[in-house]
Amino acid sequence: MIALLTLPVLAGLSAILLPAFGYLPALQHDEPGLMVWRELFTTPGIGRSAWLSLSAALLTPLLSLTLVMLFLASTSGTRWASAMRRLVAPLLAVPHAAAAFGLAFLIAPSGLMFRLVSPELSGWQRPPDLLILNDSLGLTMMLGLVLKEIPFLLLMALAALPQLNADQRVNMARSLGYRPILAWLWTVAPALYPLLRLPLFAVIAFASATVDVALILGPTLPPTLSVRIIGWFSDPDLNQRLLASAAALLQLMITLSAIGVWIAAEKIVAGLYRALLLSGNRRQGHAVLNVLGKSLMVITLGTLLISLMLLVVQAFAGTWRFPDNLPATWTLQHWQTVGPLLLAPLGNTLLLGLLSTALAVLLVVAVLEHESRQGRKPAQILWAIYIPLLVPQVAFLYGLTLLLEQLRWQPGLMMVGFAHSLFVVPYVYLSLAEPYRRLDPRWQQLAATLGASPNRTWWHIKLPMLLAPLATAFAVGLAVSIGQYLATLLTGAGRVTTLTTEAVALASGGTRGTIAVWALLQAAIPMLGFAMALMLPRFWWRKRRDMTGQLT
Amino acid sequence: MKKTCPTLIAISSIFSWLGALSLVLASGTGTTFAAQAPDPSDWDAVVAEARDQPLFFYAWGGDQLTNDYLAWVGQRVAADYGIRMTHVRLSDTADAVSRILAEKQAGNTDRGAVDMLWINGDNFASLKTNDLLFGPWAEQLPNFVWVNADANPDVRFDFTLPVEGYESPWLRAHLVFYYDSAYVSAPPANVAALLNWAQEHPGEFTYPRPPDFLSATFLKQALLELVADSAPLYLPVQETSFEAITAPLWQYLDALHPLLLRQGRSFPANGPELRRLMADGEIALALSFNPTEAVNSVLRNELPDSVRTHLPDGGALANVSFVAIPYNASHKAAAMVTANFLLSVEAQLRAQNPQYPVGMPVIDLSVLTAQQQAQFADSRQSHPSAPPLMSGGQQLQEPHPSWMEALEQAWIARYGSR
Repeated sequence: MIALLTLPVLAGLSAILLPAFGYLPALQHDEPGLMVWRELFTTPGIGRSAWLSLSAALLTPLLSLTLVMLFLASTSGTRWASAMRRLVAPLLAVPHAAAAFGLAFLIAPSGLMFRLVSPELSGWQRPPDLLILNDSLGLTMMLGLVLKEIPFLLLMALAALPQLNADQRVNMARSLGYRPILAWLWTVAPALYPLLRLPLFAVIAFASATVDVALILGPTLPPTLSVRIIGWFSDPDLNQRLLASAAALLQLMITLSAIGVWIAAEKIVAGLYRALLLSGNRRQGHAVLNVLGKSLMVITLGTLLISLMLLVVQAFAGTWRFPDNLPATWTLQHWQTVGPLLLAPLGNTLLLGLLSTALAVLLVVAVLEHESRQGRKPAQILWAIYIPLLVPQVAFLYGLTLLLEQLRWQPGLMMVGFAHSLFVVPYVYLSLAEPYRRLDPRWQQLAATLGASPNRTWWHIKLPMLLAPLATAFAVGLAVSIGQYLATLLTGAGRVTTLTTEAVALASGGTRGTIAVWALLQAAIPMLGFAMALMLPRFWWRKRRDMTGQLT
Repeated sequence: MKKTCPTLIAISSIFSWLGALSLVLASGTGTTFAAQAPDPSDWDAVVAEARDQPLFFYAWGGDQLTNDYLAWVGQRVAADYGIRMTHVRLSDTADAVSRILAEKQAGNTDRGAVDMLWINGDNFASLKTNDLLFGPWAEQLPNFVWVNADANPDVRFDFTLPVEGYESPWLRAHLVFYYDSAYVSAPPANVAALLNWAQEHPGEFTYPRPPDFLSATFLKQALLELVADSAPLYLPVQETSFEAITAPLWQYLDALHPLLLRQGRSFPANGPELRRLMADGEIALALSFNPTEAVNSVLRNELPDSVRTHLPDGGALANVSFVAIPYNASHKAAAMVTANFLLSVEAQLRAQNPQYPVGMPVIDLSVLTAQQQAQFADSRQSHPSAPPLMSGGQQLQEPHPSWMEALEQAWIARYGSR
């Protein structure tokens, strides 16, 4: 399985490694050397671009994690939790770019916020000339990223929490006089954090290399490194691909060093945390944390929710000029434009999503179960699974296309499904690995002492206990598969059309209405998936409260 | 569960072996012609071969009207020639170039996925110089006569690069300004006059940042207007003279940028984003390389109907867009027949239809019959937002493609990181 996953990855990597050192025979570059790197490091603003990517890579997960932890601490055991949880899944299903688009329309100088106060309060008949989007520090971009990463981390946390016996921990601490939030933070958070580590690394990788969000909300002078890489890869001058390849390697190094910095910071934070814990503080700051935890989450999720509502409005909006708060006319035109294109690809989309996700879940469970039966530690090589997430897609997919071409495989549904799996497997692994490994091994031992075979144990003990994380992993995988644009286009050679390839191409024309329709359609299927992922365990275990993935 | 492991190992070892083998074989050689490429001079044979062929036409899919137009083309070539055309909708032409490049690197010389693609300018330059195109074929198409190339020599050049029959003309396009007459009474006469205009209307204009092609278009138009002698722009860039020739441009931009939207601290990424700024009333003046973009958007309710299209006086940068066939295309005959259909009077007339305008005809109306000419005249747009008619004398030809790259680089060096 590792080879199956790593070979295309290595091919993908080598397809940028050689050009980065000046070797691309198809374009008559056959003298390896360091010229490309020299050119890269003398590119104007390259340092700023790299710094932007690095700072986004560190601040996004930091903010998201803090908010999620505070929220979980302040709502543990309350009705808030279940209310918010119902919100989270649909939010997660919306593509990053679409959420960024909605956010842009909320906070831009011509956006809803300014429209609401114009012209009555502000006196503005025209939008004010303010630099809010594309600010040079990348703050708006990071806001956009944090808004989308919070639901992801929250969902990961909710999937992991049931194994932690959070209630018992909190009750124990409370019996020692700790207020509930501090009790949660001191006893549950340290146990939860290791389960969120891999998702956090994925957040780091995504934030450092995001292209679509950076394009819509990010700085422009200079843009982030990832945006420049895309520019070079799509430059008509094919020689720019050498520069793009070197920059893609630089991007990989930035992502890895961000993860490195994060790991180093973990040790420091753990030390501070221990000191705080040992200070014996039982109530100080409780009220502040309580307000912060709830209000910050309400604000962020509220912002995201309004951004998404704006997409819905856009999808039906006719004429909508500044400073009107609502469209002057309504229309179905955007749906009539996009709709007919999508009926045929819908089947492909579903087929690819289900096949690649099923394959991915099967493979990941096989690896994890094998590991568990051998009683081995996770193999070191498993980190390679994440490479598809770390290498910029456009660079990696070029290599993958090359490999498939060399194998003389005809582009088609199978190839595309295989390519999707490369991106689906890491996310499924991400969602599943920690919950799977943390499952108390004594269940298995107990079953074995009762004479159950490993297979029987799996079907009767592990599968039911892991139903919630499995369903979540499946829904995540489905969302990832449906979102694939480049992978579908390049490996399918245009022969395989999906909802996303058709809609992304149309959305590149940039009309708000078609972008909104695309976003809603793309979100619809994974939303169903997530809804099922939440409902299934609850339905299955409706008589067993502790198995339903409830917070309390 | 354990049983699956040996299978996986077996599969993975086959993969590694194939991978190693293929990496060894990965030498970037490729011949330009497949052995039995159809010969366009024997047109009947080409039409016969094209019958029942599929055709994968890779073209940007961001414009609904163009998509509809291509769907109509698909129906017509199916009815007349039995060609099963699929419009592969791209968000970026570079994605098709990536595909062709990967195929070449893998030694796939005769069964490529891309049968035909919509390109021009530097995409053509780089595909042609890297021997990735099939040809020459375009001038042998029966409908090529309508182009009247001897009287319109610009169709034989793509950004100064000789086409030499490696791509077939499809549509014409040129730079236009569009402005919202509700906010500003008159647009600037040309790019040089834009500076004065912007002083009177600060924050009402901006243009996309490099590497977007519309950005390069604006820089080239400004340079053509500002230089005393444009002759060097039609030759490859010389490093020694670049600074001196472009000095007026940077002086102009230094003065212009503080007068732009956001005081030039941020620029839109591309044309669609520019159009959204216009739709939101953030700016009152924008530019486009598709003369029908503004009227399209007004018809779609995306732009207010107070938007007007304006042609810079003293000439606008103009070019022709083409369709090309990759050297390794699987269905070259179907591609040629379809390219020929795109040049037919019927297809060209449809392209400028006022209900679904996709561009300006590339054929020479003067060689048509009086009746055909009347059809074109009748179908021309009368919508108030439609572009004014452009005459040949108002066209500024594209500079050598090397200028595009050089201007982009110099722009980024000057303004790209503040």
